[in-house]
Amino acid sequence: MRYGSAPRLRRDLITLVIVSVLYLGASLFVTNSYYQLIMTLVPVWAVFGVSWNILSGYGGQLSFGHASFFGIGAYTVTLALVYWNLTPWLGIPLGMIVAGLAAILIGLPTFRLRGHYFALAMLAYPLAILYFLQYLGFQEMSLPMHREHPTAFLEFTNPHYYTVVAVGLLIVAVFVCMVVENSRFGLALLAIRQNELAAEAAGINTRLWKMRALVVSGMIAASAGGFYACVLLVVTPDSVFGMLVSAQAVVVTLFGGVASVWGPVIGAAILVPLAESLNAELGNILPGIQGVVYGVAIIGIMLASPDGLFWTIRDRFFRPRAPAPLPVGLAAGAPKAGEARGRGSLLLKVEGLSRSFGGLRAVSGVSFEVNAGEILGIIGPNGAGKTTLFNLLNGVLAADEGSAVLSGQSMLGRKVHGVCRMGVGRTFQVVRSFPRLPVLDNVIIGAYGAGLADAEAIGAAAHALERAGLSGLAGVAAGQLTNKQLRLMELARALAGGARLLLLDETLAGLGREECDDVLDVLTRLRNEGTTVVIIEHTMHAMMRIADRFVVLDHGRVLASGLPRDVVEDRSVIEAYLGKKWAARQDA
Amino acid sequence: MDLEVLIENVLNALAAGITIGCIYGLMCIGLGLIFGIMRIVNFAQGELLMLGMFASLYLVTGGGVLAFLGPYIAPFVGALLAGPIVFAFGALLHKFLIARVSGLRTTGSIDEGHFGQLVVTLGISLILQNGGLILFGSTPMTVRTPLASSAIEIGPIYGDATVFLNKARLIACAVAIITAITLYLVLEYTRLGKALRAAADNPTAATYMGIDTDKAYRIAFGLGSGITAIAGGLMATYLSFGPFIGLDYVIIMYSGVVLGGMGSILGAFWGGLTVGFVQQCSALVLPPQLQNAAIFVVFLMIILLRPQGLFGRSAERA
Repeated sequence: MRYGSAPRLRRDLITLVIVSVLYLGASLFVTNSYYQLIMTLVPVWAVFGVSWNILSGYGGQLSFGHASFFGIGAYTVTLALVYWNLTPWLGIPLGMIVAGLAAILIGLPTFRLRGHYFALAMLAYPLAILYFLQYLGFQEMSLPMHREHPTAFLEFTNPHYYTVVAVGLLIVAVFVCMVVENSRFGLALLAIRQNELAAEAAGINTRLWKMRALVVSGMIAASAGGFYACVLLVVTPDSVFGMLVSAQAVVVTLFGGVASVWGPVIGAAILVPLAESLNAELGNILPGIQGVVYGVAIIGIMLASPDGLFWTIRDRFFRPRAPAPLPVGLAAGAPKAGEARGRGSLLLKVEGLSRSFGGLRAVSGVSFEVNAGEILGIIGPNGAGKTTLFNLLNGVLAADEGSAVLSGQSMLGRKVHGVCRMGVGRTFQVVRSFPRLPVLDNVIIGAYGAGLADAEAIGAAAHALERAGLSGLAGVAAGQLTNKQLRLMELARALAGGARLLLLDETLAGLGREECDDVLDVLTRLRNEGTTVVIIEHTMHAMMRIADRFVVLDHGRVLASGLPRDVVEDRSVIEAYLGKKWAARQDA
Repeated sequence: MDLEVLIENVLNALAAGITIGCIYGLMCIGLGLIFGIMRIVNFAQGELLMLGMFASLYLVTGGGVLAFLGPYIAPFVGALLAGPIVFAFGALLHKFLIARVSGLRTTGSIDEGHFGQLVVTLGISLILQNGGLILFGSTPMTVRTPLASSAIEIGPIYGDATVFLNKARLIACAVAIITAITLYLVLEYTRLGKALRAAADNPTAATYMGIDTDKAYRIAFGLGSGITAIAGGLMATYLSFGPFIGLDYVIIMYSGVVLGGMGSILGAFWGGLTVGFVQQCSALVLPPQLQNAAIFVVFLMIILLRPQGLFGRSAERA
């Protein structure tokens, strides 16, 4: 469980029980069979919305093709019933399994894409399946009736029972969503949505979590689709794989509230009855009224409150209380740090590291060593290849040649999160935070990335916040921090993951003199506690103060290295920074 | 004998591929302006194509204002006139909706505003499709011209193998090429064109250079809409269409733009041409129902096999 999620979970569960009971109670009073159908469809579309929300709401992987999974569920149930006489009670789980497999097949290639390319690619899958089913001749399939054992085949003469099953399905789906939201799964997804590279650099295997989200999401969608087929008793490729189906999931969730358990439920409860009843009243004169309503609804909500109704209402009427300070002693749960390696022993050895972009050799034959417990400063003019060097070391870029060995293990050829798990923390030139998450969660992500269990992770995060001097801000959203606090938070995130080597990219950039001193103090303290630091920095006075040794890069090559005093008096270094003329004048 | 049939089929597929491909090329230029250059993810581009078809239809058939031009000329003039009509529509769409989720307002935000654009244009797409159903009905339509049922015959080339060039498509192809060249010249060499490209490429810098980026965006979005609509009007002469036709073509357009390389007008044209060509040639080996599925497979392959490279800027600076 995530830190502080127990009360939220309890509150949400109570709400779920109350809402379900009230809804079922209300459905008893509905006698008109059409309204009864709407009462059944609301939970079905809410389930579909919940499924979309897990992947696209929490994880930020916008899918416009969720009809793939909905349709797979519907068609599996139908085909299994028609050809094998398999009851939908088993057909729906079967459809979920098929959809889970389909999710893996779809996810493997498609997660190579980001942002809108991902969204567009996802759109193509259901449409391709749609045409393929038409080609196979599954144009319009009806589910055969089983009058002798209707209940065994999920067929009810009393339409109330359909509503009961639908609500049951919704309860399960919402519960799954709550579990996801309140576990490291949900936190990983939120982190991926807000800053994928930062999540990866904090040790989160983003590909894996996205895949898990897609599989869970696909299975839930298939359950909704399978049950939908049982309710309507007839499926066509258009009615389960069509564009409007995919849109339905997007619309109810966006309208109700993105990345909230209740969003899809609220959205479905408002929009489905509205669209369906308009369709029933005016469908003959205005045949597409349902789609128009959905279109207007999402444009309106996007312009008025982009996060959806739930968040707007919550922010307006239920301001969250100021976060409580962290309980004393929380940091005691941190796992004990391993024996610090002998100070001064070789920690990292980089040899002949090179990388070209086209004709530009951004990093070329760079070799240097880092000893345990030292602060190594990397300096050099703009474009010298400093950041590229870090990107090569922590797996953002692949090296063309060379090696980098961290206490006996090669760092190269690993994914970003893999390098992080070796105990290498990284901060970025432009701070990469998860702005909407509280500072504590930001830091816990680093601890999760290192594979710590929940209690240990919370302890490690609290401990890291103490070391960075941020304990007082644990409950504040990262988006509200100052630049200095953000820089320290990034440090804490790396520390929470148990980093023994920190790669800091211009950590002091944009800080005033005093703020700069504060950060330097923290860095010095970390060094004294045994952490090794490699830092890129332009501010020479700061570097002179803390760095034990310098490596100077210019045009991708190592120009000089050694003790700070010696390096700054090196003629080639002065030339690189200030030009030949300056150096000549100094000599004269 | 079999060889003759084969040769005839192949040659006709090639001819159809090139003529239809040119029209696809024009269609893709429209999206190329909006998505390739302005970097707005427009989900509703297919519906703009559909609007172009219906605009042309209502201009030309029945009591349409162009009916007097007769069935030979009117369909093509109608297609061209659909351009300005949908241009105006697109410009309004941009002013009231798209501008709120794109341009200067979203540069520098987490995802450059793509989330908002996807959602808003999805909404527009839903409204236009279903609103189209209300306004235009679901009966498949076509802008009738006798040219669609007559062909220029070339050959016989080998034995009895003859190439048939459908006259409607041939003229449509010519109009598409001329429109594309005109647009290219305007964008490349006029002051307006330069301002548009500057604003689209870097709105912040363009603002500092004294370009009214809001207006430039509106015009560029309108142009993108209008160009696709002209292609739609041209397609309407040889194809039956309904309010939901846009969905099939939006994928084709994105395939073409992505294939041709983001940010290039000529690239978008070549991309569209290639996709049209492949689609027509797939008719040689695939049954008709699978041709549409094939387009989606081709689209997926294009964006999966070349996720970078063809895409212009893709690497994130760490």
